[in-house]
Order: sequence, then C-alpha cells, then structure tokens
Amino acid sequence: MSFIEKINPLQLDILKEIGNIGAGNAATALSAILNRKIDMNVPNVRIVSFDEMMEMAGGADHVVASVFLRIEGDASGSMFLILTLPVAQYLIRQMTGEETFSIDSTPYTELAFSSLQELGNILSGSYLSSLADFTGLNLYPSVPSLSIDMAGAAISYGLLELSQVSDAAIVIDTVLEKDQLHAESFDGHFFLLPDPEFFDIIFAALGVTLND
Amino acid sequence: MTDLLHVKVVKVGIADMNIIKPPHSIRTSGLGSCVGLVIYDEKKGIAGLAHVMLPDSSLAKSGQINVAKFADTAVKELVHLLVKEGARMPFLKAKLAGGAQMFQFASGGDLMRIGPRNVDAVKKELLDLRIQVVAEDVGGNSGRTIEFKLNDCLLNIRTVNKGTKSI
Repeated sequence: MSFIEKINPLQLDILKEIGNIGAGNAATALSAILNRKIDMNVPNVRIVSFDEMMEMAGGADHVVASVFLRIEGDASGSMFLILTLPVAQYLIRQMTGEETFSIDSTPYTELAFSSLQELGNILSGSYLSSLADFTGLNLYPSVPSLSIDMAGAAISYGLLELSQVSDAAIVIDTVLEKDQLHAESFDGHFFLLPDPEFFDIIFAALGVTLND
Repeated sequence: MTDLLHVKVVKVGIADMNIIKPPHSIRTSGLGSCVGLVIYDEKKGIAGLAHVMLPDSSLAKSGQINVAKFADTAVKELVHLLVKEGARMPFLKAKLAGGAQMFQFASGGDLMRIGPRNVDAVKKELLDLRIQVVAEDVGGNSGRTIEFKLNDCLLNIRTVNKGTKSI
C-alpha cells in the first residue's frame, strides 16, 4: 500500500477538488434531466479498508442500485453511482413517466432498467469529462453496467485492480443532496476508485509531484 | 460453559478468513465475484470460512500479501489453521458459493470475468489437497450472503431475487 502512504495533504485536497468538480457537473446534468435543483455535498476523500468501503455503501449485503463503469484512457479507475432503492425507483419513474413502477416487482422492464443505466451513463460521463478537462488527460468511460443487488457484490468489482497491490482504497465520495429529491431515504453516492497508477498520472498532469 | 449461552455469528470480511467451533456460526456478506469457501471437519466440530477475492497470488504486485485474498494461498492457510485447531486432514470437506458475474461488459479484461476463475482456482487447490467438494452454489449473476452452522453442517445461502436455500 505504498502509494497510499505517499499521499500528502495537498494531494488529498486535489483529489477532493476532483470530486467537487466532477460531481458538481454531474449534479448540473441531473438537474437538467429532472428539471429540479440538485446539490452535492463537499466530497470526502477517504483512505479505507475494503470492509469500510462496503460500510460506506450501507453494508456488504445492503441492497442498492449500482451503476458501474471503468475509466479508461490515460489514467484508469472505477466509478460507481450507488443509489438506494427508493431513489432508484423515483428516478426511474421520473425518466420513464411510469408512475406505477415499483422497484420491488421484479423482473424489471427493459425500459426501466435501461433508463437507470442511461442516467448512470450521463452522470458519470459528465463527472468524467469535467475531470478530463481539469487535468487535460484523455479519459473515457466504458459502457456502464447496472446491477440491483448487494452492495458488497457490486463494489468488490471496483476493488479488483487495487486489491492486487493493496488492502486499502482511496475513495473520492460525493453525496447527492438529500432534500431536493422527493424520496424518503435518499442516499446517492458517487465513488471514484482510482487504480494505483492513477495518482502519479493525475498529479503529474496537474504539475504536482509525489515528493512535494 | 457460559460460552455455550453466547451463540454468536462470526463475521468474515472481504479478503479475510476465520474459524469456528460449536455452537457458533460463521458468515460472510455480499459475495459477488468473490468465493466463500467453507472447509470443515464434522466429527471434530470445527469449520473455517475464507472470502477469496482473486484466483492467484501471482497477481499480487506488492511484496507483502494478504493470504486470505488469493485462492491458492487462502485454501492452504485455511487448512493449516483448521489442522492446527484439531481438524483431521482426511476428514475435511468443502462447500463453496459465489463466483458470480455481477456486471455484463462487452469488453473489459480478464478481471471482469473473475468470478469463474476464482471458482476454478479454489477447486484446483482443493483437488490438490484431496479435499472433497460436497456442495456448491456458484456462478450466475446474483450476490450472495452465506452462513455456515456446525450443528447440521449446512451452508445457508441468501440472494436478493432468488430467495434462500441450504446446501
């Protein structure tokens, strides 16, 4: 876990700013889709064990809707949009106009599933493009994939690259603001999980060296 | 004797392992592509569970490795722990669950198809050690939470959409 020990406070601030810019843009995109004001909280940058990572998403067997994509290009990593089921239901209703859609009645229609997948695509795409603009790097999202299942089962995919070098992860966590979405227990997270090499590349692109 | 009154569920995290004796049970939550492996000696009343994340420790890119993370090292270490606690090698049996494919990717490297590779790697290690796999619930595309109890040696498997079952 050497790359994690090397991180200094300035670099953590930079990672926080990445979360801020990225999630800010994603919030704007979501506002445009829902025609409603959406805010995001100041991002958290945390160094966590894999188990703590699961806790951040509500626990390993907590059922969530997670949109997962890989970041490819000059730097690589994993990105998750994690939504609680009431929020996923709310968003699907908004996007499809099917007011009676219920997240509890499986299997889901193709339309419901792909609308949420597309939402994940738009939000993570705007997060990533602002990150690319900010750093001047070429970053491409893979086609996102949606799973409505246990958080641990989904998030472990984002830890695979990291787990080859480390037992801890640096996660840039941004929370969607609760009040504006009309769902009872709103909780939406963006997790950016950079691969180990990501840090050197991003900091070099921004002119910050690891030895500062 | 007071221990008997406190039946507890020993929780095993991701890339971790532990062992139990009666009356306790052992559980791991949210298995996706990871494999939950239970090895036990029924007569001696001892069982261990490992939450394996990757198939082979040669994937490790740093010096110090967590043995519970990789199939090859986790199986050996779990057997070692069990034998140290009194389990008998020829009587060990195994049950496993997990190795699902949670996300469908058109492209993506080998890591995106890690579930089946984890299952194969665990089975290969068990075969090398001549430990019989008596039950398994692997593959598919559902997350699993598993719990093993020593009194009936059943592995309870819970999924979100496909209910629960015991193997």
